[in-house]
Amino acid sequence: MIQLFTKGISGNIQEPVIARIGELHQNVGKLFLIRDYSDLGRIKQLDKSAILLFDSNLNEELRQDFSDYTQVNNLNTEHLSTGDIIRIGTKGEISTLFRENSQHNSLFITDRCNSNCIMCSQPPRNRDDLDHFWEINTRLVALIPKETQVLGITGGEPTLLGKRFVELLALLKMELPMTGVHVLTNGRSFAWKNFVEALSLVENQKVVFGIPLYSDYYATHDYIVQAKDAFDQTMLGLYNLERYNQRVEIRVVLHQQSFDRLPQLAKYIFRNLPFVEHIAFMGLEFVGYSITNRDLLWIEPEDYMGQLEEAVLFLDSMGMDVSIYNLPLCLLRPVLWRFSRNSISDWKRDYVEECQTCGVLEKCGGVFGTSKKLSNRIKSISR
Amino acid sequence: MRSNSIKEFRSFKKADYFSKSTSEFYLLPFRFIQLSENKELVVNDLGDFLIVPYGTVEKIVVKNIDPASDLYMDLIAGHFISETPIPSLIDVMATKYRTRKSFLEGFTSLHIFVVSLRCNHSCHYCQVSRVTGSKLEYDISFENLELGIQHMFRSPSPHLTMEFQGGEPLLAFEKVEFAILRAKELNKQHKKSLNFVICTNSTVITDDIADFLKIHEILISTSLDGPESLHNANRPKTGAQSFKLVIEGINRFREILGKDRVSCLMTTTVKSLDYPKEIIDTYLEYGFSNIFLRPISPYGFALKNYRKNEYETDRFLDFYKSGLEYIIELNKKGVFFTEDFTVILLQKIFTVFPVGYVDLQSPAGLINSVIVYNYDGYVYASDESRMLAESNDFTFRLGHVRDTYHSIFYGEKARKITDHSVIEGLAGCSDCAFQTYCGADPVYHHAVFGDMEGIRPLSEFCKRNMGVFLYLFTLLDTRYDEVFPIFSSWIKHSLSRQV
Repeated sequence: MIQLFTKGISGNIQEPVIARIGELHQNVGKLFLIRDYSDLGRIKQLDKSAILLFDSNLNEELRQDFSDYTQVNNLNTEHLSTGDIIRIGTKGEISTLFRENSQHNSLFITDRCNSNCIMCSQPPRNRDDLDHFWEINTRLVALIPKETQVLGITGGEPTLLGKRFVELLALLKMELPMTGVHVLTNGRSFAWKNFVEALSLVENQKVVFGIPLYSDYYATHDYIVQAKDAFDQTMLGLYNLERYNQRVEIRVVLHQQSFDRLPQLAKYIFRNLPFVEHIAFMGLEFVGYSITNRDLLWIEPEDYMGQLEEAVLFLDSMGMDVSIYNLPLCLLRPVLWRFSRNSISDWKRDYVEECQTCGVLEKCGGVFGTSKKLSNRIKSISR
Repeated sequence: MRSNSIKEFRSFKKADYFSKSTSEFYLLPFRFIQLSENKELVVNDLGDFLIVPYGTVEKIVVKNIDPASDLYMDLIAGHFISETPIPSLIDVMATKYRTRKSFLEGFTSLHIFVVSLRCNHSCHYCQVSRVTGSKLEYDISFENLELGIQHMFRSPSPHLTMEFQGGEPLLAFEKVEFAILRAKELNKQHKKSLNFVICTNSTVITDDIADFLKIHEILISTSLDGPESLHNANRPKTGAQSFKLVIEGINRFREILGKDRVSCLMTTTVKSLDYPKEIIDTYLEYGFSNIFLRPISPYGFALKNYRKNEYETDRFLDFYKSGLEYIIELNKKGVFFTEDFTVILLQKIFTVFPVGYVDLQSPAGLINSVIVYNYDGYVYASDESRMLAESNDFTFRLGHVRDTYHSIFYGEKARKITDHSVIEGLAGCSDCAFQTYCGADPVYHHAVFGDMEGIRPLSEFCKRNMGVFLYLFTLLDTRYDEVFPIFSSWIKHSLSRQV
């Protein structure tokens, strides 16, 4: 687990700052990380527009020496490094918005959502935060290195941005033309054809929409996402995306309410959605609403392995691209290992004690460090 | 949202809150057939199918389905029943229907040019003419060829396949050469995707022909009926052994063009019926990974010699089944080998994609997908149509290349044929469980019954297709775990070739 938030003591920060941590030794940038006394000489040569982040191991007296600089001091900077893009609040809160050495960066659009999935790992909030995050994201996008390979868009439900969602895709195409954009959305907004038409006009072929479908039977899907008519809206949305040549991935979260009809769901996807470019079956991150609804959701992966195997092998046999996410190899039947991906975001990925002696550790994606409950059948595998 | 309604929205509801399930559901269009003593098959207009216990259809009709059962969910998800008079996903259904029928979008894509009726073989089942190699009047004229090519480019289809047939087209190589060069020239302006196929007995290859085939990336379709004795018995050629020449020809074509550009068709005759295994082994031995177990069609000389070639459809079905069983066994041993008719049907059964196989389309493939420019300049609705004409039946002659495109492709005859080529409206087909996967064949039924629709219970076309469909669905029902991995590998292979 890597933390993405820290707080220090702020000085002279009048309004929130979004900036990329620069390279002090080459005098590139305006935001610098100071971890070492040897850096102090260089700082004195900086002009007063520089923003300084002092690690907590540095002496308090620095605050006096550099009191006229914009700064946050007394910080735990362990997780920060040059190239990271951070947001500094006026009270010295520091959120990491982008990590240069990670493949798991996302633009966080909103905490709001028009669904209420029983297993949501990050339960929605009902405050209107669209403007707040829009401000952050539009500034952030301009700072992200152009060679970034992939960037997620997540929430909440990102399409709640409405017209600004289309603007965002256009902005990304302009600022980051080489970057793959992976949007996590419930797809319900795409039931409006004119919305899909509008976003198709952006012609950003780097965008893939990752959309959940939890059952071939509408009522099961609607129950899982806790929204009436959601299945129909998502299906119509998927068809509209195909109509306008958008790229789509289907995502299926595995739990007690979704496993039973996985084979039927696989057939339904091939029969009705053969145009999707990827299908991901995903182990549950046991956090957020999952804890509230634990009795409805918890199932040992072993107990759904038969249905999962049938679904995955069916889609694979028909030439569809299938992956299994978030399940360590020891919980998967070996016939499914070739579908397993290193999917858990690096900052959430964890291994348990058993893993230390495991022979396939380097091939394994581990478990969610965020999960409040893990399978008790995790075991080391001898080579 | 007001705060109390937000609170209500964020509170978790139980499953039944989201269910509209009802025993008062509505039926969507589907058809059915009994598969075995205790199973029946239901198929809808979109090609979705379910194999269910015998009696299920009756339960659907009397609305005696438990709304909490898996069957109920299968029926809803498969678009067999709906909880509302108009299904909420009717747009999805419409798209699936349109996709299945999208072979119609481009109109005629396969343009067959019969460049010569001359042949150096005389096969007793030959479906056209056999004239000695000296009769130059049996070659198409350059003028008619040019007019045919111009018609081809009037087709709205973005994909054109130009297929050369005969007789033996390579006996009139100068016509083939002219046609291909001319088509390429005109295509600079039309910019369509353009493919060339030559159907040849592989016994006429000169160095000039070889160079030309290579330069223009031509596909070769040739004939191989099975083991040497059978092939030669079917194809007596004066003074030479056809089998050896064909094998030499196939090897030569493969050297010139690469292995994947040479394919074989085999014709099932009465003699073939006892040798499915041997025929397949011959294909394997000569490096093919597919075969089309194709029945003979009752046209032209085949009709004249019908007694010699006549065999009961039941015998053909036995031949097909034992051939398919043998191929399944091969695949189980790790040999990838496909039966093409089965692949076509499996693709129709398991996918929503259109399958470009002219014999099983509705509306029928003739005119819509295929057209024939005959050696004498007359234009026919299909290859079989011009074979009928060889026995003086000109029912499917649409006109002459000199006529306008409109009068040929949309004329009175074309419209009359189309009237009889939509199986959704044909007696015996309209309520058939296999309708979604099957097609109309007005030419066959005209040839046999004297009218384009015919009588289904007496139709060998119907009996054969029904037999094959029943067999495949029975395999899927009773031996799914054994056959599905093989069938799906065939579907996957076939889909990957179409992309």
